[in-house]
Amino acid sequence: MSDTVIKVENLSKKYILRHQAAGRRRYVALRDVLTHRVASLFRRGDRQDETREEFWALQDVSFTVKKGESVGVIGRNGAGKSTLLKILSRITEPSRGRIEIEGRVSSLLEVGTGFHPELTGRENIYLNGAILGMRRAEIKKKFDEIVAFAEVEKFLDTPVKHFSSGMYVRLAFAVAAHLEPDILIVDEVLAVGDTQFQKKCLGKMQDVSTHEGRTVLFVSHNLQAIRQMCGRVLFMKQGKLVSAGDPHLAISAYLGQGGDDEASAVYELATYPRSYPIENAMMRRIRFLNAQDQPASTVRLNDVLTVEVSLSVTKPLQEVNISMAVIHGEGLRVFSEAYSDQYSPPPKLDPGEYMVRFHVPMRFFKMENYFLDVTVVDAGRHCDWVAGMLMPQIVDENPYVQMESNRWGVLRVPVTWDIIKPALPQP
Amino acid sequence: MSRLVIESGRSHREYWRDLWRYRELFYVLAWRDVSVRYKQTVIGIVWALLQPFLTMVIFTVVFGRLAKMPSAGVPYPLLVLAGSLPWQFISASLSGASQSLVGNANLISKVYFPRLIIPASAVVTALIDLFISFILLIVVMAWYQVCPTWRMVFLPIFVLLAFLAALGPGLLITALNVKYRDFRYIIPFMVQLGFFISPVGYLSSAVDEKWRLLYSLNPVVGVIDGFRWAILGGDNQIDGRDFMLSLGVIALLLWFGIAYFRKTERSFADVI
Repeated sequence: MSDTVIKVENLSKKYILRHQAAGRRRYVALRDVLTHRVASLFRRGDRQDETREEFWALQDVSFTVKKGESVGVIGRNGAGKSTLLKILSRITEPSRGRIEIEGRVSSLLEVGTGFHPELTGRENIYLNGAILGMRRAEIKKKFDEIVAFAEVEKFLDTPVKHFSSGMYVRLAFAVAAHLEPDILIVDEVLAVGDTQFQKKCLGKMQDVSTHEGRTVLFVSHNLQAIRQMCGRVLFMKQGKLVSAGDPHLAISAYLGQGGDDEASAVYELATYPRSYPIENAMMRRIRFLNAQDQPASTVRLNDVLTVEVSLSVTKPLQEVNISMAVIHGEGLRVFSEAYSDQYSPPPKLDPGEYMVRFHVPMRFFKMENYFLDVTVVDAGRHCDWVAGMLMPQIVDENPYVQMESNRWGVLRVPVTWDIIKPALPQP
Repeated sequence: MSRLVIESGRSHREYWRDLWRYRELFYVLAWRDVSVRYKQTVIGIVWALLQPFLTMVIFTVVFGRLAKMPSAGVPYPLLVLAGSLPWQFISASLSGASQSLVGNANLISKVYFPRLIIPASAVVTALIDLFISFILLIVVMAWYQVCPTWRMVFLPIFVLLAFLAALGPGLLITALNVKYRDFRYIIPFMVQLGFFISPVGYLSSAVDEKWRLLYSLNPVVGVIDGFRWAILGGDNQIDGRDFMLSLGVIALLLWFGIAYFRKTERSFADVI
């Protein structure tokens, strides 16, 4: 038998996005289906009240993995990494293409999948183990090892809802780390726990691949870990496999992709959907520029992002105000700022073409998705509003950035610390 | 070493083998649901007994005393209990199964296993409640000094039948509920409707002869008749034709439920 354990050929995955008046929904309501059916009985022919758009999350991806290899997968959010792993772990089906896998696969797309807060640590070990495909006998055999690895001996019979978040992830990782598959598929799970525990996890992962001869496929934003662990790296971009090979080359291609990736950094707004009609002034284009003034879909942590708005004024405006708002990928409104917050009086603009630029320090942003809204008003009256433009993402090798998945919240605020030993007051 | 091929549209042939391989997950999920439930409610197991007990009291008053329905020579409370235990099992299964996939969305989007396990373990959870409420049955039988006959031996078969009768529609409902998220509003209504067309508080023989055939299309009728036949003994007879009809409907629903579930299962992770 050849030593190829994973063979992926022309793998593609298509999603169908439905744009409805109410926005994007992944599931449909029976009510809507029924009303549409009934409505179309009376209205022959036209059923075009929703637009369907195909979206290829993966396109013609082919690669092979040999036994005992550890392969890293990198790329921006939306590059198709997670889709690839989901197909490999059989959670979802490909639309086209073929995969052949030799051996037992375990995938870890999340630590602590299925943990139940009401159950004790002991019970959750069995539950989580079963979910990950371990047999009861297997879990029993490794039980002590798992508990020792997680360092939670004292709390075994406490419901995990009383666990600290550190204990929780340690226990979750410990169960996962004791799986014994031939092929292990891992998504971003190493960034858990404190630094010391992270090291332990990395060590365990390395053990799995080098000493035990297992094959590991590893997706991460943690470039340090990728570099340390992987012999080969797949670099993905917009659903396609850009390169497969030397980790250092792939990582520098990934970090350097900012400048050349214009497509997602420039929004042509002439045909961009809007909720309100445009009046008197229109935003024609918005560009996201990096520190070198180049359109970029990624920026580094310490850079300042420049947002450049091309504005066409069609009627004289008396009191112009422009505001911007940042919305986190999960829908939380993070902050908003307006020109008038800092400058007065409001400018008067005659008809013509203008360029508005504002600068956003990126060090407050996490390695997550944020969307930008920009609004133009004149004396309190609406002119133009565009919403939902994906902002460039932070890419950085700074360990500070890599740590962030331990932190909750939607912003990273660089807090400074001092630990001092105060002199004792004299009696 | 096992070899796996993943292709579009290929519902892989190892599905039923996988189901067997993941049987431990099946036990574990059922055990999780049971133990969580009894940990969360203060009165725990008492609840599983209180519910059928109160149903028994109320139905005895309404159907036995007020409506004076025939009881075929058995104490009315016992007759009600033999009908309401399987009914409560089926209705609990349907509502449990219908929410099961959506309630386990995080599992479905993160781990592979045959999805059939989730609704099936919800039905098993309801089955455990049924076993607990058999305690009540024993107590009531002792109270009325009704001695179980040889027919009791067949009770497990009817329990299995109830399980299958609940599983088929359960699978159908849960798959529909993933796709049409407003489907869950229909389920309580369907369960309520089902109650009125099932012989829970009265004997199925009380139904007018000309409606019998139509009535027996309801699979619950066969299950409840079977329970009464096995538990009560005496004059309770199973009408052969009606029972076969119920069996046929159960088999049909089961086949259809599994087929529809299997067909939609592949896209669960994409839409959930």
